Amino acid sequence: MNISASELDEFRAEAAAWFSANKPADPGFLLPQSFMEVGTDAQFEFLRAWQNKVYAAGYLGLAWPAEFGGGGKDQVFQDIATAEMVRQNVPFMTNTIGLSWAGPLILNMGTEAQKQAYIKRILSAEDIWCQGFSEPDHGSDLGNAQLRATRDGDEFVLNGSKIWTSLGAYADYIILLARTDTQTNTKYEGLSYFLAPMKIEGVDPAPIKKLTGEHGFTQTFFNDARISESCLIGAEGAGWQVAMKTLTFERAVSGGQAGGVHSMPVSAWEVVQLARQAMRDGRPAIEDPLVRDQLVGFLMEERGMALNNSRAKIPGLIAERPASIALSRKLVGSEWRRRLNQFAVTLQGANASRYVGDGAVMDRGRWQRGYFNAFSGTIGGGTSQIQKNIVGERVLGLPKQD
Amino acid sequence: MNEQADIIFTDEQAQLLEIAETFTADKSPMDAVRRQLEADDAIEAGLWRQIADLGWLGIAIPEEYGGSGLGLGEVVTIVEPMGRKLFSSPLISTTLAAQMILLGGSDEQKSQWLPQLAGGTVAALAVTEAHGDWDLSNLTCAAERKDGNLVLSGGKTFVTDAMLADLFLVSVSLDGEPALVIVEAANLGPGALRREIVIDESRRSHALNLNGLSVPMDNLLPAANLHRLHLAACLLYAAEMCGGMAGVINVTLDYLTTRRQFDHFIGAYQALKHPMVDALVGLEQARSQLYHAATVFDMAEGRGEVAVRMAKAQAADAFAFASDRAIQFHGAFGFTHECDAQLYRRRALWCEQQYGDGAHHRKHLAGLLLD
Repeated sequence: MNISASELDEFRAEAAAWFSANKPADPGFLLPQSFMEVGTDAQFEFLRAWQNKVYAAGYLGLAWPAEFGGGGKDQVFQDIATAEMVRQNVPFMTNTIGLSWAGPLILNMGTEAQKQAYIKRILSAEDIWCQGFSEPDHGSDLGNAQLRATRDGDEFVLNGSKIWTSLGAYADYIILLARTDTQTNTKYEGLSYFLAPMKIEGVDPAPIKKLTGEHGFTQTFFNDARISESCLIGAEGAGWQVAMKTLTFERAVSGGQAGGVHSMPVSAWEVVQLARQAMRDGRPAIEDPLVRDQLVGFLMEERGMALNNSRAKIPGLIAERPASIALSRKLVGSEWRRRLNQFAVTLQGANASRYVGDGAVMDRGRWQRGYFNAFSGTIGGGTSQIQKNIVGERVLGLPKQD
Repeated sequence: MNEQADIIFTDEQAQLLEIAETFTADKSPMDAVRRQLEADDAIEAGLWRQIADLGWLGIAIPEEYGGSGLGLGEVVTIVEPMGRKLFSSPLISTTLAAQMILLGGSDEQKSQWLPQLAGGTVAALAVTEAHGDWDLSNLTCAAERKDGNLVLSGGKTFVTDAMLADLFLVSVSLDGEPALVIVEAANLGPGALRREIVIDESRRSHALNLNGLSVPMDNLLPAANLHRLHLAACLLYAAEMCGGMAGVINVTLDYLTTRRQFDHFIGAYQALKHPMVDALVGLEQARSQLYHAATVFDMAEGRGEVAVRMAKAQAADAFAFASDRAIQFHGAFGFTHECDAQLYRRRALWCEQQYGDGAHHRKHLAGLLLD
């Protein structure tokens, strides 16, 4: 596809103008930072309406096929729209599992009927999707999934539970990894992958209260829940391969993720602003030498991470350990975010003791809540300690501990 | 100050980096480094000749003065591999002296000295004083005009490779302002140089006594930008430290993957594995800051200064950590002079303490970023 520079410039200007004019007003309550943190009905409805509006305006799913509700355009248009969302710091697209995982999967290997049924409603946020991989006893070891899907004619009967289901209380559908056969040679062979409805008899999402005090996700119980065999995606017994495929969509160029911003970035510059308001010894905290030293440290790390991303694209500057930056990115970023939030809490002086909901809490308590939520980054998807094992073994070549 | 941060890496840089990696690996294996620790000079004359012949001393000197017309960003790609192999040479001081003459020298000074410096003449920097202050404008050394000459007084310290140098670039106070003066080695009286015993045994460092020294007025640089000199020195030291960090991490990894204790290679233990990942993460950030600083060094003063100070601060702290842990993780062997870990630790301390440590640069960054 040949796209002229002027066409892109025009689109960029249109998108900039639209987001500028339509960026939602302050809802009057603290918004979450990502779909994993949606905790109240008010937050959810606000974000669902916002995604719907962005889609209706033509700035989401631009590279998905037009016949199923996408924009039918080149990926570059979506990248421009997404960049504009980031630049204008608009709220995130809340249907992340649908837009980034389920949607690309369905487009890639779903049936025509599945594409017709789901794709447009993922983009419009009419259908909310959640993910059912983790189970209570198995952490991130997906191959060990024990939730049973027992065939009964042209139906499957689900029994067991999934945990850490973000948006579980709101979701209409779940991408579900379940065990259809217990008599296989390896644990991977008996798994199947389903696009399963959530709002049916026998599916019971039980909210889990997080350390923040909010309801962020659910443990989702399945008690003789019956779903049609048409919910299968991929062959029965091929669930592991489908799950692995799901993980590859992250950086697909075309027909990949729908795009849009999916989490609110946090910057040390915001903590610099906080330091102008907090007080030390009768003066703004930003004048305190120790505070200044720490602020500069966080700003350096923030820039260091951005520069790592820049350097990672230059083969001549990553020759010795090409995977190093990519494999340590999650470790570095999540730990920085946790420490930054922690610092922003303690920066507030005595007011650090306030919490979300208090009328006098600084920045509506986003740093206090952000600090606790930051542990989702240092724990979820493999803890920082596991990440250090991975980097130590795969990048530095250190032996595993047996 | 929150501008887009990017790294630009040119084909010239890529080629230079590759050539310098091969050259230093060949010329500076560890037994050569150790042999040189005992020698009179930091580098053999023949090896310095080869460096000059490769054109590395003229990289940042314009073509009209016998150089290649590139910039300090290209010199970074030479210094980093040298640091990795604990190579010690007057390349940094000679390059910095040339930059100062290029930026603030007269046409006559440029024509006289730059082709020589590009060709292998060694220049030493005499800009540090006994008080040890990193502020290069804190000068007790002075110059006074007398009978068409400049009469110098005071003393300089940490003048590296002084015995190889044909000229010294000396900072003094003249009429209450910082100034740079060229002093030729031939003009130094006997006893003007006194060997200093320094922590990095790969360096040769001298104190320089200026008292009674008189040089022609023509040896004064018309303009002296000590701030620029400081930043350029920080950039090249950051490069040397990034190289050293990569070197010491590999030395430590070798030990962790060959030494067995309690039935395991010790690198399998998380108490050792995890801090090695911390060292790696520190190196990655330091290299990214370094090559960003190399990218923007010649740009607007403020932006280049932020980048260079970040690069020096990050490299200093990360190299300190990596080399300190290197000693510890070698166990009892790490306590010996025979273990190479201490060579890197000594190098790290030298580089950190010349031209400002991490906390010092963060303090200056605070002024640049927060006020």
